[in-house]
This record gives sequence, C-alpha cells and structure tokens, in this order.
Amino acid sequence: MSESSIISLQNVNKWFGDFHVLQDVNLEVKKKERIVVCGPSGSGKSTMIRCINRLEEHQEGKIVVDGIELTGNLKNIDSVRKEVGMVFQQFNLFPHLSVKENITLAPIWVKKMPKSEAEELAMKQLEIVKIPEQANKFPGQLSGGQQQRVAIARSLAMNPNIMLFDEPTSALDPEMIKEVLDVMVDLAEGGMTMIVVTHEMGFAKTVANRMVFMDEGRIVEEAPPDKFFNNPESDRTKLFLSQILNH
Amino acid sequence: MSSENFQQSRTPPIATTGLLGWIRLNLFSSWFNSILTILVIYLLYQILVPFLNWSIFAADFTHNYLGQQIIDRTFCTRVMDPEIGGACWAIIFVRFYQFIYGFYPVEEVWRVNIVYSLLVIAVAPLLIEKFPLRKYFLYFTLIFPIIAYFLLAGGFGLAHVSTKDWGGLLVTLVLGFTGIALAFPLGIVLALGRRSNLPVISMVCTLFIEFIRGVPLITLLFFGMVMLPLFLPEGITLDGLVRCLIAVTLFQGAYMAEVIRGGLQAIPQGQYEAAQSVGLSYWQMNRKIILPQAIRITIPSIVNTSIGLFKDTTLVLIVGQLDLLGIGRAVLAAQTWMGLSIEVYVFVAVVFIIFTFSMSRYSLYLEKKLKTGINMGAD
Repeated sequence: MSESSIISLQNVNKWFGDFHVLQDVNLEVKKKERIVVCGPSGSGKSTMIRCINRLEEHQEGKIVVDGIELTGNLKNIDSVRKEVGMVFQQFNLFPHLSVKENITLAPIWVKKMPKSEAEELAMKQLEIVKIPEQANKFPGQLSGGQQQRVAIARSLAMNPNIMLFDEPTSALDPEMIKEVLDVMVDLAEGGMTMIVVTHEMGFAKTVANRMVFMDEGRIVEEAPPDKFFNNPESDRTKLFLSQILNH
Repeated sequence: MSSENFQQSRTPPIATTGLLGWIRLNLFSSWFNSILTILVIYLLYQILVPFLNWSIFAADFTHNYLGQQIIDRTFCTRVMDPEIGGACWAIIFVRFYQFIYGFYPVEEVWRVNIVYSLLVIAVAPLLIEKFPLRKYFLYFTLIFPIIAYFLLAGGFGLAHVSTKDWGGLLVTLVLGFTGIALAFPLGIVLALGRRSNLPVISMVCTLFIEFIRGVPLITLLFFGMVMLPLFLPEGITLDGLVRCLIAVTLFQGAYMAEVIRGGLQAIPQGQYEAAQSVGLSYWQMNRKIILPQAIRITIPSIVNTSIGLFKDTTLVLIVGQLDLLGIGRAVLAAQTWMGLSIEVYVFVAVVFIIFTFSMSRYSLYLEKKLKTGINMGAD
C-alpha cells in the first residue's frame, strides 16, 4: 500500500454461497483520483464498490479506507461510512420525507447539526445539483434525473472525502442522463475522490484518471483512459469495448 | 309549409343527475339489478320494521304503557303483556351506573369521570395532527397513564379503591387502551428482534411470538390467574386486573409484532442501504426510515388487530373480571331483571360498535392523509 492511497484493496475475496464473486482483487486509489469501473454484468464491479463502505462484507483480504481497516468492528464501519458517500442505481431516496428532509436527516442525526444549519446546508447542496426549487416536494413527485441529483446532494451533505457511484445513470431515461453526469463532472472538477461504476464511456473519457475493467470477479485491466480505449492489452477488454462502443 | 314538415317533439332525455338519476343509474340499471334492488328492499323491510318497532316504537324507556316508572322486570310492558310490549330499556337506565363504573363507590366516582375526560384530552392530540399546541399536549398524553392510575386506584390522599370494585366500561377501556398502548411498542421491539442478525435475539423473539400467538387468549388469562402466582416470590400478590392486563398485552404484542414484521418485509433493501451509507445507526435507521414506512403500510392491519383486541377484552369475564359484558351478565343474573338478556346484549353490542367503528373510520382517514407520502420512487 502506497502512502498516498486513500482506498486500498489487497487480495480481496468474496463468495456468494458457492459463487466466487471477487477473486484476488487489488486496487489502490489515491486522493482526488477518479476511477471508472466497467465490465459485463455479473463481473463483480458493484460488489467491489459496495465492499468499500461495507454494504457487503468481504471474506478474505484487506480493505483500508482513509487509514481505517474494515473489519467486523462496528466503530470502524461507522467512521468509514462518514468518509464515504454513495449513490445508487435506484436512487433509494426516502419516499416518506421531503427532498429537504432527505438531505438534512443525516446531518441532524449523525452529525448533530442544528436544524436551521442543516436546512441551510441542504439548500446549498440543492443549488450545487441545480434543483433548489424542488426542496419541498416528495421524491415521488420528481423525475428520475431529479431524484438522482437529490441522492447526490444527500450524500454530499455529509461532506464525504470519497464518493462511490453504482451505475448512477442506468435507471434513467436517455434525456435525463446528461443532467446527472453534468453534476458528476462538476464534482470531479472540484477535486472529489470518485469511484464510478458506469457504462457511460463519454463520461469516462472526460473525467477518469484511470479505467478499471473487471470480468468474472477479477480486475482484468487497469489503464489511463487514453491507453484503455485506444490500445487495450487484454483480448477480453478489446471484445468488451468493441461491443459497447459499436452498439 | 305543411304541418308534416315540423319536427316531432322528442321525449325528454333520461335524467342522469339528481336523486332520480342516481337511483336509475345505480339501482335499476338492468333488469337483474332491478330484481336485486327490489329483493333487498323487501328483506330490509322484513327485518328493519319489526326491529325498529321493537327497539323504539313499542319499547319502554323509563315508564311502561300504563305510565308507571319501571323499577324491575315486573313493570316492563313486555313482561306484563307480551302481545304489545317491545324492548324494555329501563334495565339499562336503572343499571346505567354499573355499566359505566362497575361497583366503584358512588362518593368517589368523580375520579372516574375526571379520568374519562382526561382520556379524551390525552387521546385527541395523539390522533389529530393539527391539534393546537400538540407538542405540549403529547407530554400530557405520556404522563396520563400515571395520573389515571392514581386517580382510579387511589394514593396521594385519595381513598384506595380496589380493582375488584372496578367494572363495566371502565374495565373495558382500561384493558383496551392499556393493552393497545403497551402492545404497540412491544410489537415493534419483537418484530425488529425477530429480524435481528443476532441469532440469540432472533430466536428468543421468534419463540415468544410463536408461543403466545399459538395459545388462545383464554389460556393465557387462566395462566395469569392460576400459574403466575406460583412463579412470584412469596408475599407478593398481583392484582387480578393487572394479571389480565399482562396477558392481554403479551397476546396483543405478539400479534402486533407479526403485523409490523409484515410491513418491514415490504421495505426495499435499498432503503436500508441508503440509510446505512449516510451513516445512520441501527436505531436511527429504524426510527427515521424503516419503521415510519413500515407502520404506514400496515395501518389497516394494526387497526384490525387493535379492534380485535378491544373486543377480546370481554374474555376476562371468564376469570372473574366484570367488564362491560361481564356487568351485563351480572345484571341479568339478578332476580329483579331476569329474562331481559336481549336488551343487555344489544346495548353492549352498540357500545362496542361505537368504539370499534370510530377506530375503523380513523384508520381510513389516516390512510387517506398519508397517501401522498407512500409513493415509492418515480416508477
């Protein structure tokens, strides 16, 4: 593990029953680095990033986030989750709370922030994702793209050092993808450490420092986007790229 | 221009609005519907007319057909002349005190009346969201059970009144309200416990729920009466009503747990993951995210079990507690009022319907009010 790594996965293995979903995964992410993970479905990319904030438990190997090792220790898990924000494919907003309450909930209860301060913060985050006018609506009243932007604002309100994105645009209609990606590009330009699982290759080319290609639970190839797209080493990567770039 | 060139005047259109229109649209829209309507009207006529006649028009309230005040069964018109007499409601009027308070001493009964009034003040802010100064009234709701206990049982200078003297509606309400109020939190804890990742907690909760739910309430009541004293240290006796309360609460708690667990199952995994990923603890997640949604979708079932419990409290008469029905049976057992069982049972039924129907309407109102929030996501 190099000194500057903020996330470090070392020989991580995980099984779902008999299915070996992560096989000797090694990944080092430096501060402010933007990693885009791609690969066919079932290749373990979602599982890998879900291990980073312990939504999934790994069975072998070592995961260290910002100097904290993820073990069964609940206190460690709590401190890692405070460092790491996550955005899901299905948004997972809290449907019984208004947009503003979705965002203020964690600052008020986890960080013990006064309500007025949390609301100010929520409005600031909503400005960043460009939907301050939706603050008092309920998630069910918003479009998919707006919901996903609220989900991003909700994560940002906890002021994380790292953001994980698990196929953030896969559940969206094509015309809403851009508004979400734009927010993510802004975030990247602001210096956020990001790991993004996505098949949006245009986004990957503009934003990623490094591409990670996974297949059958292994990291098959890791390269800067330039090399990854123009001159990939593995045949598996070439096949995958030819399929998603020419469809 | 000859007269045959004039248009014939048309028949007026069939009314589709107003009372006539409604009747035509809903009751006589086809021949089959019309037959059904007529049949139902005939049946209603056959049932309602005799019932109204019996219960109101031919009934005695306080005086019989000779104008005498009714003080026991022999004055009832229907006892004197079965041909012309209807219901003899005088039994309810004469024994009204017992139906409402049981054998609570008359000089202390103001305490029960205060508790009844305070109950309204305690429950109203709980049910009505826009109640003025709701927050402060809810504090009162929290301490109300303590106030009610001392008012009813005595203490702080108030004379002691044994629960043996409590009865009628008082016992029914004490059992019903306390049972529901205690069973709700118990059910939440049991439901969460049963779904816990810790095997010991999950097993204990599952065993408890399955055992209590698998046993009839009467068995639990007998258990409380006969066996509980054996387990208590010597010299400590538990009040009979308290034993019933424990049995009723445990029973209702087990049912409530299963109802709430059903709601918990319906919450998508993503809600747990989102709550965890923003750093909420287990209890924060359940209190703020999971339970509010789970309880919302289970309101109809929660009210359903609560209504069930409220009616089941009548079973305590088996172990000698005189609830509303128990008092009714006690009144009927007296020589002076024998044979008027229909009046008593109708009265008891009506009192129960007033309470259970209110609960049912309130749950409908709640469902309607919360509908906007339940919408899960864009799809």
